[in-house]
Amino acid sequence: MQQNQQHTERWGDLLDDDGGDFDLSVLLPPPVVVGPDANGMKKVIEYHIDEEGNKVKVTTTTRVRMVRRSRRAIERRSWPKFGDAAKEAAGSRLTMVSTEEIFFDRTRASGNNADGAGPSSSADSLAKGNDKPGGGLLMVCRTCGKKGDHWTSKCPYKDLAPQQGESSADKPPSTDGSGGAAGKGGSGAYVPVFKRLGGDTSGADVMRRRNDENSVRVSNLSEDARDPDLAELFGQFGQLSRVYVAIDRVTGESRGFGFVNFVHREDAERAINKLNGYGYDNLILHVEWATPRPN
Amino acid sequence: MRPILMKGHERPLTFLRCNRDGDLLFSCAKDHTPTVWYADNGDRLGTYRGHNGAVWTCDVSRDSARLITGSADQTAKLWEVSTGKELFSFRFDAPARSVEFAIGDALAVVTTDNFMDHVPTVQVKHIAEDIDDQTEESALVITGIKGRINRAVWGPLNRTIITAGEDATIRIWDSETGQLLRESDKESGHQKTISSLSKSLDWSHFITGSLDKSAKLWDTRTLTLIKTYVTERPVNAVDISPTHDTVVLGGGQDAMNVTMTDRRAGKFEAKFYHKILQEEIGGVKGHFGPINALAFNPDGRSFSSGGEDGYVRLHHFDSDYFSIKM
Repeated sequence: MQQNQQHTERWGDLLDDDGGDFDLSVLLPPPVVVGPDANGMKKVIEYHIDEEGNKVKVTTTTRVRMVRRSRRAIERRSWPKFGDAAKEAAGSRLTMVSTEEIFFDRTRASGNNADGAGPSSSADSLAKGNDKPGGGLLMVCRTCGKKGDHWTSKCPYKDLAPQQGESSADKPPSTDGSGGAAGKGGSGAYVPVFKRLGGDTSGADVMRRRNDENSVRVSNLSEDARDPDLAELFGQFGQLSRVYVAIDRVTGESRGFGFVNFVHREDAERAINKLNGYGYDNLILHVEWATPRPN
Repeated sequence: MRPILMKGHERPLTFLRCNRDGDLLFSCAKDHTPTVWYADNGDRLGTYRGHNGAVWTCDVSRDSARLITGSADQTAKLWEVSTGKELFSFRFDAPARSVEFAIGDALAVVTTDNFMDHVPTVQVKHIAEDIDDQTEESALVITGIKGRINRAVWGPLNRTIITAGEDATIRIWDSETGQLLRESDKESGHQKTISSLSKSLDWSHFITGSLDKSAKLWDTRTLTLIKTYVTERPVNAVDISPTHDTVVLGGGQDAMNVTMTDRRAGKFEAKFYHKILQEEIGGVKGHFGPINALAFNPDGRSFSSGGEDGYVRLHHFDSDYFSIKM
């Protein structure tokens, strides 16, 4: 058992409430210096007790930048402050470093070079997402191609037909450039819904794009059935806005059912009548309305 | 980058200017008090008290000893940069708008607005080396421009004066005789008020920004239109990089778009264009209101922007800006 001879003071004595000036600094953690990192940033974390007895943590982040200055500029540095700056309080917050990192946002060539547009817009926007300046998170939306604003699921232009699902006979597929530009009239202007390209300009058809009532459920699909197969099969009846085949994540096979959304209800009806009971890839398809039969 | 935010002005910024050595930044605003800051860390050095109206522009002499400011209180004032002392006051019959020292700092050009019955004028004043010899006398007065003159600057070798303003026309005048030498072409020139003008480092070309949502690059001697940069917002401020082939445009917002535009905070941006290819290369966001002033630092490694929100934002470029290849 060791007798600790150095401690002549005991913390119980230190915390005496006699209003005297006692030293609590022994309770504070020691200062930490996080050395200069790749960008030259150095952080010093210090603690002290302020007048009211509160423990205060002060983090000072500094970066040393060497600048060449002319002799006159160095003289100017030692000028005394004048005007309103002369009576400036020491802690005045006139000049502050921004707390958020601001990037030099590179402009990606959007609808401008349509002739060089090979890849589909989703691959393009992925590429946009990948080589971004700085190191922050860049949100890329596949539907409108706008970077930095929102993810695809939150796209305000959700009802634009996604580029890869479209397989209509009458409407030629838009180039990826105009697909991106279709979402916006310019990269900052607001384009009202009825004016956007990629959709019909009459109000009624815009409504019909919300076509969950034109949803057709296809079951008893073979296990290697995929979206393009359904698109090809059902596409003959009219414009499709969406096809989906349920895929088992583990095996990669089709789970045997899927959904097809038509733009026009009449097309969906005809598809159901013709394809229900149709032999497709060694199985008999079962095709019906997805929701309880709409009248 | 981490811009440095300087909130020294209570009212919108109108103009920013760096001194020749690039260590001082002068800011003018509608709050009557031009301010000088250190351009490296944004510390405020001092303010110049004395104006009674919005200060529209300023210029600093090459040795950074004298500052001249033009204000809506119908005066242009000369100040001692180091102490803030007002040295001289030129009085006019109308608000003074644009001021600039000539090469050699012995002359200055000042414009006055079309106020009440007064026509807009461009006046050249002698600047005496010894302030006791300073008089208010004009060496030259040019009248004959109809709309408000937003900017008047000296041409190469002080031989010419270039004006631009509300009538969307750029004019080149002889600085000795006041004769009109050239005028920009109406068809290819700007279609709306020219709000800003900035010269290249060697004064061989200059850029003008206009409310017609474009900026144009012109040759200083011949006034040929060299380049056009198109944007979607009216342009309030322009500048040319002294070291790279870049120009920057800062703008506002059409009154029409106020209800339709996405007004999320901090979305007003300064747009960078490649000077020669005319293509947009990037933008820097952050201002909470339209950008009214832009200035590159003479070393080309930083720039500052002043906004309607009263903030000056000083940006030191990251290395990725310098490695941009087109």
